[in-house]
Amino acid sequence: MTLVQEIDYGTPKKTAAESVTLEINGRPVTVPAGTSVMRAAMESGVTVPRLCATDSLEPFGSCRLCLVEIEGRKGTPASCTTPAEAGMKVTTQSPRLANLRRNVMELYISDHPLDCLTCPANGNCELQDMAGAVGLREVRYGYEGANHFHEASDESNPYFTFDPTKCIVCSRCVRACEETQGTFALTVKGRGFASRIAPGDMLFLDSECVSCGSCVQACPTASLTEKTIVEMGQPTDSVVTTCAYCGVGCSFKAEMQGGEVIRMMPYKDGRANHGHSCVKGRFAWGYTTHKDRILSPMVREKITDPWREVLWEEAIAYAAGEFKRIQAAYGADSIGGITSSRCTNEETFLVQKMVRAGFGNNNIDNCARVCHSPTGYGLKTTFGTSAGTQDFDSVEQADVIVVIGANPTDAHPVFAAQMKRRLRAGAGLVVIDPRRIDLVQQPHVQAKHHLALKPGTNVAIINALAHVVVTEGLVDEAFVAARCDVATFERWRSFVREERNSPEAVEALTGVPAAEVRAAARLYATAGNAAIYYGLGVTEHSQGSTMVMGMANLAMATGNLGRPGVGVNPLRGQNNVQGSCDMGSFPHEFSGYRHVADDSVRAMFEEVWGVALGAEPGLRIPNMLDAAVDGTFKGLYIQGEDIVQSDPNMKHVAAGLAAMECVVIQDLFLNETASYAHVFLPGSTFLEKDGTFTNAERRISRVRKAVAPKAGYADWEITQLLSNAMGFEMNYAHPSEIMDEIARLTPTFAGVTYEKLDALGSVQWPCNDKAPEGTPVMHADGFVRGKGQFMITEFVATDERATDRFPLLLTTGRILSQYNVGAQTRRTANLAWFDEDVLEIHPWDAENRGIRDGDLVELASRAGATTLHAQVSARMQPGVVYTTFHFPGTAVNVVTTEFADWATECPEYKVTAVQVRRTTHESEWQAAQEEFREETRRRKREKV
Amino acid sequence: MDKATVGFAPWDAAAAATMIAEMQDLPGACLPILHRLQGEFGYIHDEAVPLIAGALALSLAEVVGVIEFYSDFRRTPPAVHQVQVCLAESCQAVGSAALAERLTEVLGTEIGGRSADGRFDLRPVYCLGNCACSPALMIDGLLYGRVTPDRAPQLLAEVWP
Repeated sequence: MTLVQEIDYGTPKKTAAESVTLEINGRPVTVPAGTSVMRAAMESGVTVPRLCATDSLEPFGSCRLCLVEIEGRKGTPASCTTPAEAGMKVTTQSPRLANLRRNVMELYISDHPLDCLTCPANGNCELQDMAGAVGLREVRYGYEGANHFHEASDESNPYFTFDPTKCIVCSRCVRACEETQGTFALTVKGRGFASRIAPGDMLFLDSECVSCGSCVQACPTASLTEKTIVEMGQPTDSVVTTCAYCGVGCSFKAEMQGGEVIRMMPYKDGRANHGHSCVKGRFAWGYTTHKDRILSPMVREKITDPWREVLWEEAIAYAAGEFKRIQAAYGADSIGGITSSRCTNEETFLVQKMVRAGFGNNNIDNCARVCHSPTGYGLKTTFGTSAGTQDFDSVEQADVIVVIGANPTDAHPVFAAQMKRRLRAGAGLVVIDPRRIDLVQQPHVQAKHHLALKPGTNVAIINALAHVVVTEGLVDEAFVAARCDVATFERWRSFVREERNSPEAVEALTGVPAAEVRAAARLYATAGNAAIYYGLGVTEHSQGSTMVMGMANLAMATGNLGRPGVGVNPLRGQNNVQGSCDMGSFPHEFSGYRHVADDSVRAMFEEVWGVALGAEPGLRIPNMLDAAVDGTFKGLYIQGEDIVQSDPNMKHVAAGLAAMECVVIQDLFLNETASYAHVFLPGSTFLEKDGTFTNAERRISRVRKAVAPKAGYADWEITQLLSNAMGFEMNYAHPSEIMDEIARLTPTFAGVTYEKLDALGSVQWPCNDKAPEGTPVMHADGFVRGKGQFMITEFVATDERATDRFPLLLTTGRILSQYNVGAQTRRTANLAWFDEDVLEIHPWDAENRGIRDGDLVELASRAGATTLHAQVSARMQPGVVYTTFHFPGTAVNVVTTEFADWATECPEYKVTAVQVRRTTHESEWQAAQEEFREETRRRKREKV
Repeated sequence: MDKATVGFAPWDAAAAATMIAEMQDLPGACLPILHRLQGEFGYIHDEAVPLIAGALALSLAEVVGVIEFYSDFRRTPPAVHQVQVCLAESCQAVGSAALAERLTEVLGTEIGGRSADGRFDLRPVYCLGNCACSPALMIDGLLYGRVTPDRAPQLLAEVWP
């Protein structure tokens, strides 16, 4: 491995169809119109010295180093801000230019500490490089004049330092914060010699900074530097891989020194992130070497026994022996598996293969059950494909963006940055969410409409929007006639037209003024290109699937499908939740969403796998747990998922697990679920294996092994060992062989190979003979299912409703610095931003209950109670409270109920009737659980 | 600070919010709002920063950046009298250094500081556009030309009887 070096062209790439030819130092070069002279020079192989320019930012023209001479023009214009023109004759070096540049550098260096040898940027410093490039030999001003050498560093951010003594005030950091990230947390304070970069009046940690790292990446000196680089020096080698946090799927260079990762650097060629990152992917990878990681397999007969560290052979033999014993005693269907949306496609595929072919049943499910299963169901029913319709770049052509039940700036920050760029460029924004999320108003972004609906009334709102479209003549009749099933459309039209679906009729129910709904509907329908982005605020409801279909109906009726800038787009939570669904980790579907009852599909798998497969769908996760409580389901293999913390009605989950005879957990850490496990198989992080992840835009990207698996095996190898011990042979030498099998068995993946991924960087499925390089935008020439199908979306209120006893509605979500159950981010310095779940409550509701900011409160529902601290916040609407589930001690899912989506059993996390009151001590459940956690985590050190 | 002596209202966040609300729809509202607040309260209180940022959908850092760019915006309450001595080229050429020195003696403070009795702010300025009559001095917005070191105490006495 060598260090991957990316070329910096100085200014952004232009894509104009028209091109211009100019001469640079006597040689002709042709570039798209609008390209800067600097970039044109770079593309012809000539580097023009520069400091304030970098190709992720618009040119600024402040450093005065990139001066050139242009024949027929006066003076020496800056090449970064001068567009190339046809016939231009540019000279990039002459005695005059050399002299000017040297003079500029002299001024810079007269106020720069000359400690290059001990500077963290040594070996990777653009200032140093430019001093070399311009031939700086002396500084006539001396070093005794006014300077900034004595300013103090800001060390407050846990991941990077700001050393103002090294700063040349090129503003690259300020512009990166504005243009790339859209947070505007940095500014230049003062003027002239007094100009200093500052995060407003505060330290970095206390400021508006979201720690995305774009300023650090943009800094040409050591002024903004990762603390790991300060400590360890520059990396020596790197591999390009894919982030294992959210569904954006950012490309990173894992940069290493001596076989250990020391920095994660966003990769410019990454087509999901274009060189941008967030605090999690960029900085929060410390969990991969955290001391809590379990590196040796462990076994115990009873969950009350202490763990016994054993060799791999014994752990695998024990697990396989137990599974076989259970099947012999209770039947083939008494065991099952849960795949991980954090693991690779290849690993997920192997787990479902082992369950179907090795266990001999279809008891396989994945965490999409609790997040986006309604997306799969709803979009498949209406469009024919269980996935979002667009690529992320599509948002750059949207005229109106509708965000429903999603909080992208916290949960999908890198895509949010791209979305905000489009919003700053003028696209309209509608937010449909009970909370005033950050997108509603933040620097340079303001929603035109915020429909702050009551939790549980999504379908009423979408029907009201559709009512306006239908009754005000806003239907795209031509699109509907050409592309959709007209009979279903007519039925739907007469349904939504009914007066009971009008904004006025549902106003009392939803709490949203009818005029706002009407205005939002008009904006969406008449925008030109209108795109819907949605999240778990849509799916995690008793009518999750209905709402997905409601959005699909609306998009079809207004013709907002099948081209860039439009679409219905789920923002998927986990790095590979799209992939784990694609790979057939469902009890009823093989890879590519083909039903197990389909004889021809089953025959294909039977031929390749060499065993007979069941035609009956297996158990979903909630069914497995119900069956366990009933005594018919006894063994479970869970790869990388913590169902005790993440699934609803925690007490029921715990009871189900406790009733099983063999629970096998494969994970990085002793998570909450491991408290109920009999076998623990230590897993590997994304840095320790090869494979692929599929992101929210169906993009399949390579995960490449940077370091060796710390516990000995990659996760796919562990599954293979277990399968072999169960008697179903698997002999893959490399994940690429698994992908070859996936491609052979899955039409939408038919054209995917590791060679192609290496050559193209990534591809979006469907990737097959019809689309050999993948498919960025779906349904371009017609819906996958043929004609788009409109579905009737009758609003049915959830059975979960506020009562006298439980008068408030709880809704749950996420925050930027922590990730889901927090297994990873809780083990990083991200705790500096957020170290406990809090309950957000409106000032009125707080006052009624005598609750002050920071009070310990009990949050109780009919399912259970937990305690946490209150945060009084006007982001909430009265009657609604909000919290996150990042910390196991909070146990929010003790409170959530068993209500679920009617079609897919996706739990209704977003609506729970609760009461909140001040308290002085934690709930009984929390206390008991803490004790239980201690008890079940004991380890005996007697390795054989 | 007492309005009667200073001529400014004491900081009042609610009143500031009302002024901001009145002006927030102006094109490029940030600068006019800052002028209004300084005119009303004598300075830009730190609490005004989030109020302005929130109303204009700007970041806190951006508002701070604007305030800090202009040396005439103040972030702390001013003294009763503002004395600005020009230290730019033309005035320097005819002895503004001596004038400045005399002012520091009379007021008992460095350039950029406040007089010992707290009544005068002595600030440098780089050109008042009065080069033909250098050296220039401005006291409470009134411009004086050809100010000799000896004339300065006299001028100060006029505003400081």
